[in-house]
This record gives sequence, structure tokens and C-alpha cells, in this order.
Amino acid sequence: MEIALVLGVPLAGGLILALVGHLRWAPEVNAAMSLVTLGASALLTGRVIADGPMLALDEQFFVDPFNVFLVALTAFVAFTTALFSRPYMRIEEHHGRVNAGRLRLYHSMYQLFTFTMLLCLLSNNVGILWVAMEGATLTTVLLVSLYRTPASLEAAWKYFILCGVGIAQALFGTILLYFAAEKVLGPGGSSLLWTHLYEVRHELEPTVLSLAFVFLLVGYGTKVGLVPLHNWLPDAHAEGPTPISAVLSGLLLNVALYAVVRSKVLVDGALERNFSGNLMMGFGLLSVVVAAFFLSRQKDIKRMFAYSSIEHMGIMTFAFGMGGTVAAFAGLLHMTVHSLTKSAIFYTVGHAAQATGTQEMASIRGLIQQSPAIGWGLALGTLAILGMPPFGVFTSEFMVLTTAMHEHPWATPFLLIALGVAFAAIFSKVQPMVFGETEARRLPHPPALIPVFVHLAIVLLLGLYIPPYLVDWYRQAAALIG
Amino acid sequence: MATPFSTQLVNLLAAFLLLLAFAMLAQRRVLTLIKMFAWQGAALAASTLIVAWSTGQHHLYFSAALTLALKVIFIPWALHRLIDRLNVRWDIETLINIPATMLIGIGLVIFAFALATPIAQMASTLTRSTLGIALAVVLLSFLMMIVRRKAVPQVIGFLSMENGLFFAATSATYGMPLVVELGIALDVLVGTFIFGIFFFHIREQFDSLDIRHMEKLKED
Amino acid sequence: MTTASAVAFQLLQSVFVVLVAPLLIGWVNQCRAWLQNRSAPSILLPYYTLAKLFHKDAVIAHDASPLFRLTPYVLFGCMWLASGIVPVLATSLPFAPAADIIALVGVFALARVFSALAAMDIGTSFGGLGARREMLIGFLAEPAMLMTMFTAAFISGSTQLTTIVDTLAHREFAIHPSLAFAAVAFAMVLLAENARVPIDNPTTHLELTMVHEAMILEYSARHLALIEWAVALKLFAYFTIGIALFLPWGIAQAGDWAGLPLAIAALGAKLALGGAALAVTETVLAKLRLFLAPEFLSTAFLLAVLGMLIHFLVLG
Repeated sequence: MEIALVLGVPLAGGLILALVGHLRWAPEVNAAMSLVTLGASALLTGRVIADGPMLALDEQFFVDPFNVFLVALTAFVAFTTALFSRPYMRIEEHHGRVNAGRLRLYHSMYQLFTFTMLLCLLSNNVGILWVAMEGATLTTVLLVSLYRTPASLEAAWKYFILCGVGIAQALFGTILLYFAAEKVLGPGGSSLLWTHLYEVRHELEPTVLSLAFVFLLVGYGTKVGLVPLHNWLPDAHAEGPTPISAVLSGLLLNVALYAVVRSKVLVDGALERNFSGNLMMGFGLLSVVVAAFFLSRQKDIKRMFAYSSIEHMGIMTFAFGMGGTVAAFAGLLHMTVHSLTKSAIFYTVGHAAQATGTQEMASIRGLIQQSPAIGWGLALGTLAILGMPPFGVFTSEFMVLTTAMHEHPWATPFLLIALGVAFAAIFSKVQPMVFGETEARRLPHPPALIPVFVHLAIVLLLGLYIPPYLVDWYRQAAALIG
Repeated sequence: MATPFSTQLVNLLAAFLLLLAFAMLAQRRVLTLIKMFAWQGAALAASTLIVAWSTGQHHLYFSAALTLALKVIFIPWALHRLIDRLNVRWDIETLINIPATMLIGIGLVIFAFALATPIAQMASTLTRSTLGIALAVVLLSFLMMIVRRKAVPQVIGFLSMENGLFFAATSATYGMPLVVELGIALDVLVGTFIFGIFFFHIREQFDSLDIRHMEKLKED
Repeated sequence: MTTASAVAFQLLQSVFVVLVAPLLIGWVNQCRAWLQNRSAPSILLPYYTLAKLFHKDAVIAHDASPLFRLTPYVLFGCMWLASGIVPVLATSLPFAPAADIIALVGVFALARVFSALAAMDIGTSFGGLGARREMLIGFLAEPAMLMTMFTAAFISGSTQLTTIVDTLAHREFAIHPSLAFAAVAFAMVLLAENARVPIDNPTTHLELTMVHEAMILEYSARHLALIEWAVALKLFAYFTIGIALFLPWGIAQAGDWAGLPLAIAALGAKLALGGAALAVTETVLAKLRLFLAPEFLSTAFLLAVLGMLIHFLVLG
């Protein structure tokens, strides 16, 4: 029931907004729909926490602590982003960058995007997961090109082609998985269900599964933004509307990583050696290092934070690749805090770019003077994402690092250097943007900055004190994937 | 080694698919490219039909019909309409000359076959060769997307890659469950639709469908 | 099967080949004329041409070396040998072990080298140009040809044409996708090697496009007749190789006189069909610019390689 609500509301929202999305009060409808989705997912979470994993609708849907945690996170960030996008898109309209027709597209696709994300997470069917993931690409691709500028079209095209190709590899991986599963489970719908696959994972053919995992990792890894498959990510983040950058970074990447982690759990069951873990560690580490070094070369603020997302996805991939409960716990925590922090940063960056009329970092100056809330939001968000204590990012990164030192000491220097380089690059660029004199104009609509501080407050809280029930929850999830 | 006739037919169609993938790689004209894509869809539908008939998997009849409607009739027709409307019947330029592309293609086929052989050997299903061929078709389409400069051929490459995947699904595993197949078909349809929209946007902005105009976003 | 009977069969085939080869050319030309809405020449026209040429006095350039005089005989000999050992009417011919498919390609290469040398011998610009083009095409066509042959050889496990034909003709019917690829590749090689459209045009004397004709411009009378005959034999040999590899049904065993009428009838039908197909191709296709020839032939090569790869994949 809750599942139907969680999925039904955004789907209905998408359809309703396709009709009324251009009206003056459409942003409120959008936010309200997201709020209802959040409520429904809170109900679902409560139920799963209380009763344990559940299956629904002829086993087609499946909820366990791992995905319900992501469902809650997704619904929450989708809701706060909807709040942020309310004034943001109005300002964009005021600046003449979008018109009513495009706003309708935007609102409708926003809800459908949420729907596909939640479907990815809740579906028990590996094939449906793929379909929903492709659906997520399809819904966001027209949003990336919403402004119809040459650069945004180019970014969207790149996004479409690269993710399309990537996701096609994932489909091949899925077919191989089915190929292996069919021998054990027999043909038919049940051979693609996670729960069934999980039960027989020790009997699946290792050769097929290792090849399948490579394809799945490459495919979904493209969407995670793992180096060297990351090319679309900075462009799509930089050229699309900022709320989309926020949900891409905060949600889509997580969900893609979720798919990778689920596949890993299966493959680990079938293979003796830590094949999948090593691959993920390799890709993760490469992403962290490469992204860190690209950070300092960025001129566009959204691009820079997009690279920072690649870096953090790399850390998570590395953490999940290491395996074990502690690393998985750290990975999950990092997923949470990164989503919250990065989306908060994008909210402030969006308004900052609107106030100064540019995304060039060299031209953005003195944000605090213009609007203390934007300025401090960006400053605190940056400190948080750079892993400064006492924010939650510090906790999770610390856990990843200590686990790495313990189990894979060779990787630690790479991680430390990359984190140091990232710190230097981002901090030196954000500092002049925040402080100093400003020429920024006043925004025509009051910006929505409550989400920023709510997110940062949660991140801070997670850094200082993780409530026991949350720890318990994370532990359950980590035990599933560790 | 007596192989059933249906297997031989599927093998033949598989070879035909691979041949078409190569032909598309070598093709200079957009209209012929679309025609070849339609042929590829037809081969796919035929092989699905044969698999359906010889294994008695009824849902595959449905997939075959879907393939026929979508990939042989609808998408080629839509692409035809599009290029008529956009008036872009130019010859295709490639980044690398065609014989070199072909040689790379051969390399990819060998790679795909080598990758698929260990799996093919444990296959109890209808045909063993098809997985390797499907993978080869996927890789060749991928190559086509890389070496083509114009938007339409890239899209055809994308769609033909999907053909390869579909072929893997039908002949190596008797087809995915119907829900999944429907979902995939929906994605392809919506994807094609969005591509169509894109063509117009791109042309509006750049006055051409040449991807070379779209190389501004780079790391400097 | 007695040896004498087999030898008689061999001799019969050799004579038959020489006599029938110009007929094939005549048939192709006739088909082509029909397709192009011209009134067709007699199917026997090549014979009249040969007879006419043999009656003329040969004119030879002053600077011609003995090589120039020798070449027509070498060409004719090579082609005769080649078409003599291909299982045209029967398998297990006594001469067949003389050359397997690789040696057969070598025989064709030998003829090519001679004709190129002879073309350059006089020192006219056309000769050199034709020779250069011919060598380019040959250089590209040979690997494709060999690959095609190998595919067939892999299926039957032998490089002897006789064994290949025996295996292919007498097993139960099975579709070999690899053979289909090889067949297409072989057809492309056949077009290129026999100076047909789209690589060359056997009827052209347009200086920009000539390949084969440019090489033999200096020949006249009986030399030219021998060369023309060799050309006919070469086409015939290629057709029969193609038939042997891809459509071997109906062939007789050496010494099996009872199977002979059927073998001749089958061969006649296949050749008629093949010739018509060639005429259709030549009518439908336009001649390629010379620098597209490498592309054409590399496609043939590619197809042959693909055929071989698929063969391995299907067998696992």
C-alpha cells in the first residue's frame, strides 16, 4: 500500500503537471506532490523498520533497510529541491531564460524523474531497474537542455548518448545475469527478481556472473560518473537548471550506485575471490584521484561541484568495494551526507549564479555582502563537503580512511592526496567568492534557503551524533551489503 | 554434429545481423543506413519468431510482433520523415576512413567472440554462437557512434546497439520476461521520440546536425 | 574406378573446359545485352572473335622482348591448368592433387605477374599504368580469396578442392553462415579478379578507367586470341571454383560415366544462372572510382574473415 503511494504520487504528479505545469501555482503543486511522496515514504520507512523487509505485488516490489533508506533520502531531497526550485524557476522565468511551456515540461519531468528514481529503488526486478534507470535518463535529458542554448544542447546530447551507451552495457549485463539465473531458477519472470537471485547466488555460474558484473559496473558506473565514464557529468550539471544539478548529484548518482552495489552482492555470492570488490575499488580510487586533480582547473562553479560529486561517488564506490560492515556503513553514511550537502551547495550556487548573472567563478564575488544567507550557506556547505569536522562528511570519510588503512594500506596515500588536492582547489576558489566586495543584483523573488540550512543542520548533526535508531538502521543495511 | 534446422536458421540470421552491422559501419548514405536498420529489425523479428516457434515460448511471438512494428515499420518511418523534414540527405562523413574502421571492427568482433566463447560453451539454450554475435553487434554499433560525426547516424548506431542487445536477450535466453521487454520497448520508443525533438533543437541552434559544432564543452 | 577411366575423365574435362569457356563469356554478354535493352549478339560471338584473331597476322612492337611473346602462352597455360584441376565435372581427378587451393591461387598469381611484366615490357604508358593497377587489385584480392578458401577448408578439414567438394556435396544439408559470408566475399573477389564491373569494365577502352584492357593493348592476332581465351578460362575457372565451394551438388566421381550427363546438366544450369547473375550485377552496379577499389576489396576480405570467425564461434 505504502509502496503504491510512494510510486503513485510522483507518477500522478507528473501527469497532472503535464497538464497544469505552466500555471502560476504549478511550483506549489510540484512541492506539494513531493511532500506527499515524502510522507508516503516516511510511512513506508516506519513500516519496514518495524516489520523488517517486505515484498509486495506478486514479489515485484521489495523493500529492505538498504533501499528504504535510499527511498527516504530520495524523497526528502526531492522535496527540498522542489522547495528550492519554486523561487529558483520563478527567477529564471523572470530573467527570461524559460517560458511557461518549458516550465510545464520541467515540472512534469521533475515528478517523473522522482518516480523513476523510486521505481529503481523499490523494484525487485533487475530488468525493471534497468528500465527505470533508462527512464531517469530520458526524463532528465530534456531538462538538461531546458535553456536551449548551444552549450546546454551539447551537454544534453552528450548526456543522452553517453548514458544511453552506458546503460546499454548494463542491459547486456542484465541479460547475462538472466542467462545465468535461468539455469538455476528456470525461465520466467522470477529469474530476474533480486530476492530469488539472492537466494541462489551461490549456485550461479561464476564465469557468466563475473562478465555480467563487468558490464553492469561499466553500465551503471557511467551513470554513477565513475572515471573514465564520467564525461557527461560535469556538462550536464553545469548546463542544466540548478535544481536538476542538485537532484542529479544528490539522487541519480546514488541510485546508480545502488544498482552497482546490489549487483556486487550477487556476484560476491557466486565468486570466490573478491573480483567485484577489487574492480569497484579500482574505479572508485581512479575517480577520486582524477576528479580531485580536475577540480583545480575548473572555471565554472557548477562544473567544479560536479567534479566534486565524481570525487565523492568515487569514495563511496571505493568504500562499498572494500566490503565489510564498517566500510559499507561508512559508504551509506557518506551517501546520505553527500546527497544532503551537495544538494545544499547547489541550492546556494544556483541563487548565487542568479544574483551575479554568471557561473564563472572569477566573476562571482562577495556573496556574503549581497546576501548573507547565500554566502554563509555556500561557505558552510563547502566546508562540509571538504570533510571538515564536525560535519558528517568528516565522519564518513574518516571511517573510509581508517578502514582503508586497515585493510588496503596501499590505497590510503592516494585517497589522502586526492582529498588534500580537492580541499586546496575548492577552498581557494570558494573563499574569494564568499567574501569581498560585490556587484550582484537583488533577486526578483526571495530565494528559498531554508532547505540549505536544514540539510546542513542534518549533516552537522550526523557529524556530531548519530541517533541510535539511525545507527541501527545503517547497521542493518550495511549487513545486507557488507 | 546434427544441429536442428531452426538453430541453423537462427545462426544464419545472426550472421546476417552481424553483416548488417558491418554494412552500416561502411555505409555512407543516411537513407541506406535507415534501410539497413530496418533490415536488421526484420532479421531480429524473424529470429525471434523462429526461437518462439521452436521453443514454444509464447511471449516471444509478442516480442517478435513488437519488434516488427517498432523497429521495422515505425522507427524507420519516423526517421525517414525526420530527415525529409530536416532535409538532411547528405552523405555521412566519418572520422576515420572506412577500411580502417572495418579493421577496428574486425578487432572488436574477435574481442567479442573471445569474450563470449567461455560462456557460449556452457549454454544449453538454442544457439551458442548468438551471444558472441550479439555482443559483436553491440560493440560495432558503439564504434559506429564514435566514428560518425552527424547526429542521425549516431542515433541509428544507438538503436542498432539496442537491436544487438535484444538479439542477445531473445536467442541466448529465450527472451526476458515480458514486463521487462515492454519496458525496454517503451524506453526505446520514448528515446527515439526525444532524439527527434533533439534534432530540431540542434538544428535550430547550430543550423546543422553536425556534431562537430558541439565540441565546445571541454576541459581546457 | 580404373586409372585409365579416371585419366580419360580428366582429359575429357580439360578439353571440355577449353571448349566451353568462351561460351560462358558469350552467355554473359548476351544476358547483359538483354538487360540493357540492346539486341543481343550471338552467344557464339567469342568463338568467331577467336577464329578471326587466329587468322590475322600478329604485329609486335620492335622493342618487345621474348617475354612479351611468351606471356600469352603462359597465361593460357596457367588458366587451362587451373580450370583443369578444379572439380568441374567430377571429383577425384588424377591431376587434382597437383595443386590444392593455395597452389591454385598461386597459379593465378603467376599469370598475373606475367601479364604485368609483359604489359610493362613495351614501355608504353598505358601498359605500365594497367600493370600497376592490376597489381594493386591483385594484392588486395588475393588475401580475400585465400580467406574465402580457408573458410571452406576449415569446414571440410582439407585444402584439397576435391576433398572439400566431396565433403560439402555429400553431407546432410546444413546452413553454414560462414559459407554464406565466404560466398559473398568470393563473388566480390571474382568481380575484381576477372576485371568486371565495378572494379574494371571489360568492354571499356576509356583510358582513365582501363585496368585489364590497358595491359593488353599492345597484343594482336593470335597472341590476343590466346589472352582472350585465357580470360574466358579464368572466368570459367573462378565460376567453377565458386560452384565447387558453394554449390557442389550434382557433381560426378571421376570414372563414373553414368553420372556424367547429370554432372554436365547441373554444371550447365549453374553456369547459366551464375552468368546471368554476373550480368545482372554488372548492369546494376556502376563502376567504382579506382581509389575505391581498396575499399571494395577490403570489404571482401572483411567478409571472408568474418565468415571464418563465425565458423569458429559456431563450432565453439
